[in-house]
Amino acid sequence: MKLSAPIIYGLLLSILMVSAPHADHLPLWVSALAAMLLGWRAYLAYSGNPLPARWLLITLTLGSVGAILASFHTLFGREAGVTLLILLATLKLLELRTVRDAMVLIYLACFIIITNFFYSQSIPTALFMLATLLAILTAWIRLQTGTLPFKPRLREGNGEAVGYLAASPLWGLRIASVLLLQAIPLTLILFVLFPRVQGPLWGLPQDAYASSGLDDKMSPGSLSKLSLSDAVAFRVTFTDKAPLREQMYWRGPVLWEFDGRTWTPGKILRTAPPRLDGLSSPIDYTVTLEPHNRTWLFALEMPTQISVPAGLTYDFQVHGKSNVTARLRYTAHSQLGYRANAEENSLQLQRAQVIPRQFNPRAQQLATEWRTSLQSDEEVMRAALGYFNREGFQYTLEPPLLGMHTVDDFLFETRKGFCEHYASSFVFLMRAAGIPARVVTGYQGGAYNGLGNYYIVRQSDAHAWAEVWLRGRGWVRVDPTAVIAPARVQSGLAASVPASDSAALPFLARTQSPWLLKLRLNLDLLANQWNQWVLGYNPERQFAFLTRMGMEEITWQKMAFTMMGGVGVLVGLFALLMLRRLQAQHADKVQTAWLRLCKKLAKSGLPRAPHEGPEDYSVRVARARPHLAAGLQELSRRYIALRYGKRHNVQALREFESMVGAFKP
Amino acid sequence: MLTALQQQFRTWLFRPKIESGTVTLSQRRIFILPTKQGWGFAGVLLLMLLGDINYNLSLGYALTFLLATAGAMTMLHAFRNMAQLEVRAGRTDAVFAGDDAQFVFHFHNNGRLPRYHLTLRDGSGNSSTFDLPQQHSTEVRLAIPAVRRGWLGTGRLTLSTEFPLGLFHAWSYLEFDTRCLTYPRPAAHVPPPASQAQGGTGALHAEGDEDFAGLRSYAAGDSFQRIAWKVLAREQGLQVKQFSAQQGRELWLDWKLLPALDTERKLEILTRWVLDADAQAIHYGLRLPGIDLPPERGAQHRAACLRALALFALNDEPPLSNLSPMQAKGAAKATRK
Repeated sequence: MKLSAPIIYGLLLSILMVSAPHADHLPLWVSALAAMLLGWRAYLAYSGNPLPARWLLITLTLGSVGAILASFHTLFGREAGVTLLILLATLKLLELRTVRDAMVLIYLACFIIITNFFYSQSIPTALFMLATLLAILTAWIRLQTGTLPFKPRLREGNGEAVGYLAASPLWGLRIASVLLLQAIPLTLILFVLFPRVQGPLWGLPQDAYASSGLDDKMSPGSLSKLSLSDAVAFRVTFTDKAPLREQMYWRGPVLWEFDGRTWTPGKILRTAPPRLDGLSSPIDYTVTLEPHNRTWLFALEMPTQISVPAGLTYDFQVHGKSNVTARLRYTAHSQLGYRANAEENSLQLQRAQVIPRQFNPRAQQLATEWRTSLQSDEEVMRAALGYFNREGFQYTLEPPLLGMHTVDDFLFETRKGFCEHYASSFVFLMRAAGIPARVVTGYQGGAYNGLGNYYIVRQSDAHAWAEVWLRGRGWVRVDPTAVIAPARVQSGLAASVPASDSAALPFLARTQSPWLLKLRLNLDLLANQWNQWVLGYNPERQFAFLTRMGMEEITWQKMAFTMMGGVGVLVGLFALLMLRRLQAQHADKVQTAWLRLCKKLAKSGLPRAPHEGPEDYSVRVARARPHLAAGLQELSRRYIALRYGKRHNVQALREFESMVGAFKP
Repeated sequence: MLTALQQQFRTWLFRPKIESGTVTLSQRRIFILPTKQGWGFAGVLLLMLLGDINYNLSLGYALTFLLATAGAMTMLHAFRNMAQLEVRAGRTDAVFAGDDAQFVFHFHNNGRLPRYHLTLRDGSGNSSTFDLPQQHSTEVRLAIPAVRRGWLGTGRLTLSTEFPLGLFHAWSYLEFDTRCLTYPRPAAHVPPPASQAQGGTGALHAEGDEDFAGLRSYAAGDSFQRIAWKVLAREQGLQVKQFSAQQGRELWLDWKLLPALDTERKLEILTRWVLDADAQAIHYGLRLPGIDLPPERGAQHRAACLRALALFALNDEPPLSNLSPMQAKGAAKATRK
């Protein structure tokens, strides 16, 4: 059975739609190769030329596998696996000969849709995937029905051929839409009630999840690059009143070690547990964290309680038990006023003063000058901040490149930088002056969404600040950026960078017209609900939801039974609706009554032969049962008059119906 | 024991029965099972579900459930595609052995929904596929090769559909009392019977000096040499030339004229003679052991002769009810000694 060109176009469209979203993150050569193969196949279908020879396909396949190996160094893992699937699907298109081949392709297409969800599960993705599914189903229906071995003999009454019913290209789309529309409510039931199992069932490939967001390394340019992203890092709902924006420091990785260019956490020292004293201004909030494939959880400085299994490190970082690979929701309790580790371990304090001596001699010299001329640590600190304030430093998203002595170049030459430059050089200066200091990264601030009463913290809110250990006060937060650009901390990034930079800002971080702002907040509210209820629907959420719906003692058996019951009822309803239009429509009441009469006679052993008209039939019955003759003759006379007579007579019809009702054979 | 039980179960489930008249495909008559492809699809869905669980893909769950429920709903669609169809067997024209018997079935769709991609198939794989619009009747021809002369039945037929996705196979068994009369295969050219006809010249010329008498429509078995090709070229249909023989000429096509041959071979030769004689519009009679059809001519006579040849020495009774009127009359005319 040969596949016709429209079927091939349908399959081509399906494969194109499932693989197009991958073009975003796959190497360019994969997209180019796939596009070329698809174009080639479309040309072959259009021109009717034969498919390429087997040896050529085998060469192409081996070549593709080789290219994947060369490019990814593996065939497994997320990117390599997706690439392999897409190239196999496009190559399969080139050896599409039978319906069986086409079915394999359709199944492959369904698999590739799923792989899209590794990268994005947003509402637009879901809608696009629904459209893709419609295209696949349409191609599938056309495949199953478009291969009639020979033309059906369809004739109108006058002998004119009607042809295929399935000739129109929209026909398949209509049937596919009906199927999909029926499946949607059923899917809803399954989605809510299907007993959820918390994955993973087996080990995941290393790169199964995208990691975006904060890294545990900081070098010049790393945060300014991150702040170009609109992506949401997490959302926060405060139980009571929200703190001031300049108090919203979401603590992330703490960086201890500096190699002259890059800050890293360094090795973890096992010391006494962290200690907070003099707590004040407690605050409760709920964070919905986007997966970032790292262990740390963000909390306001300083966190004291968290609702998920996690630990507080000696430098007040919150670390979960495993990498956050799915959206995570937790409530936390923080104290905005605190004294952190007023009694610090001496090893830690030593560690917080280490700098690479071979770099940045001028900064070291400056720090030494301050140290000798000034009395207390506080004064040195103020001198450093004053230096930033006085010497014409600029806050910019596009800082100039720095040489080998990054701190020197920044402090004495360029004087233009983003928060990582300020935090890094400030901590360097402190350490050079013998004051224990460290870099803290995380997020600062958040945009309020009044519609849903929550704060959105985006990647563009990524920030770095410093902590200095002062005798008697413990670790004190110092944000040098706040000195240069107070607006950054009070109102956000867009307000703080110079106008020439704002074109580089992410679209959503720019200051906008009120209605655009409102639209954006509405969209984010929708996305938030979607995340909470659709994407974050895990065993716990399911349990909570079903409990709220009034289900008691939830077990998986109970869920399964309820699910099957719901599906059964809905399918029954569909069956009723669908089969309703099948029953022969005897709009003709005369005919209905006559058929009732025939049925009565058939029960008594005298069925009407298909060819017999009412007269012949009544004569035959009369001969067999003389006692019925008179009644039956009258009935058949009336039937003929009613059915074939010219005038429609309601009264006569009623009489006829009641006579049929009274008739007893 | 087990096979007997199985047989009994099948009998209870499928209720094999030869039917006449109009059959309505009720719910009781329609069976549905997943196809091989359907099982394959279930496997694919299971793999997808495992992936969703492993990677916690909520949208993956949604997609898997969408595909699963859409697939399951096709069962209902397949059932609906066949339910309440009305079928009756139509008239089937006689054919010669070696040709395809064209069994005719009238399908009527009384409902307000079109039916798609229905396949009517017999036990040996001959099939016909068709669509059926709403409130519409269609005539479906099932071509079954007629191998031997005599009556040809259809056996148990299967009407099936895998619409719309090919995941479920819905089917219904149909067995009608319709039969097709199969004439013996006409022999290739055979010299005509020796001239010993009563009161006639006797010789049967394949072609010769007769006068052209006009055209008539082509009937199965007519010699190709007599087709009026020029008429066909003018797109006036398939016509054969007729030649008028002399009046009063009579020919007896007699079993006894033939040499000692196999019975079937004899019947084939007689069939050829009947066709040739008919083509030349000669008055001819047919004599078979036990059957005597007096000389006459015309379509009815031809049909009667061919019928006698087709059923010669076969003991099964032809059901008269389903024969075409022409055949029935022809059968009645066959006088038996």
